[in-house]
Amino acid sequence: MNPLLSVTGLTKSYGAVEVLKGIDFDVAPGEKIALIGPSGSGKSTCLRCLNFLEKPSAGEVRLDGERIGVRHDRPMNDRQLAPQRAEMGMVFQLFNLWPHLSVTENVAIAARKVRGLPAKEARELALEMLAKVHMTHRADASPLELSGGQQQRVAIARALAQKPKLMLFDEPTSALDPELVHEVLKVMEELALEGRTMIIVTHEIAFARDIADRVLFLDGGRIVEEGPARELILTPREPRTQAFLRQIRH
Amino acid sequence: MSALSTFTLILEGLLAGAGITIAVTLASLLLSVSLGFLLALVRQFAKSPMLHALIDAYCEVMRNIPALTHLFILYFGLASLGLRLSSITAAILGLGLIGGAVTCDLFRAGFAALPKGQREAALAVGLTPLQAISDILTPQAMRIALPSLGNYAVQLLKDTSIVSAIAAPEIMFYARSMVTSSFQTTLIYTTVAVLYLAISLPLMQAIRMLEARYGRVKT
Repeated sequence: MNPLLSVTGLTKSYGAVEVLKGIDFDVAPGEKIALIGPSGSGKSTCLRCLNFLEKPSAGEVRLDGERIGVRHDRPMNDRQLAPQRAEMGMVFQLFNLWPHLSVTENVAIAARKVRGLPAKEARELALEMLAKVHMTHRADASPLELSGGQQQRVAIARALAQKPKLMLFDEPTSALDPELVHEVLKVMEELALEGRTMIIVTHEIAFARDIADRVLFLDGGRIVEEGPARELILTPREPRTQAFLRQIRH
Repeated sequence: MSALSTFTLILEGLLAGAGITIAVTLASLLLSVSLGFLLALVRQFAKSPMLHALIDAYCEVMRNIPALTHLFILYFGLASLGLRLSSITAAILGLGLIGGAVTCDLFRAGFAALPKGQREAALAVGLTPLQAISDILTPQAMRIALPSLGNYAVQLLKDTSIVSAIAAPEIMFYARSMVTSSFQTTLIYTTVAVLYLAISLPLMQAIRMLEARYGRVKT
């Protein structure tokens, strides 16, 4: 089967600092990939390079065969990138809901502005997506009235409303109080069971082990080890992977 | 003449000026807010260093020269070059152009206060940079800028008193001409003070209502 996403030779430098030193991986349709690794390993940067929120220094990202961020050998600007970004739903560590809009409007606005749905249909779609994340009861609330876990679930609904080909999660539970982590992971698990393609940057190793098909362990801007989730997490081969997982467990 | 009829005459004279005071305030407020918003947008989002330098220079020049000097240049200076503006036009233009520099800063502060993630999330869902500005960033920046814009509006109302210096027939202009003919200094200027209060207090109230309606959102 052709990969849904394919990443080749991805590098990213900030000045003289090379954060990504050549990343290659493919994602099959429906596959769940977890990116794990110590902080500063480049896993968030890698994720943000996929939808060009960070512009890679070199390398290729292809979604369904279409080159992201480059057209006729020239880099695309943010306006040209908009339709490509719409194909990927992104969930941020800090939720980034828009506080001047209601919960429903947060979820509906892209459908209206990007896909041109009439307001009523966009609202119906938003309510449908809010039902998926169990947030229908706060549809008319302001994001500011919600707990962190609720905000993150609305953010997931907002990304789902894009009808994306894949979902990108950038440490979706790292900013949450411990007792709120579970409700977000539960929603993500439900999405995984629907067969969605997901790439998840996470420190939740148990979650990665149970939900992901494949785990990529990044360190120092490179993929140090990759493999089936259970295998990599339970019996890592590389010493650096072993050291990292030991630290996380204890 | 009885005291009452003297007072009535004074009040009638001053009220004629109050209309001009209000008109000059509103017109120059409209000009300065539109100009300031436009400048702030370009300064904040355009990538040209040339435009940035131009806008910064404009703001510095406008804010670091006394308003009266600007008014004299517009009214007397331009007239000697053959361009005669009416005193009211010069007043609106002068206060509006200065105000553009002031409100540019207020709007910029509003945009600058927004977390980076707000724009990123907008781009991530597929909004264009312009849509991100119009639908996501501007409404929030406006709310943040609203209280300082309110203070600016009241300041502007008070500043219209200086346009009497180029003979724009507003409250202070009438007051001074009545003082020279009637010598009722205390009565006239006290009435002027009350009149300004009667305009500025409702203006403040209107701004507070706007703030209560739109200004609650914090980010």
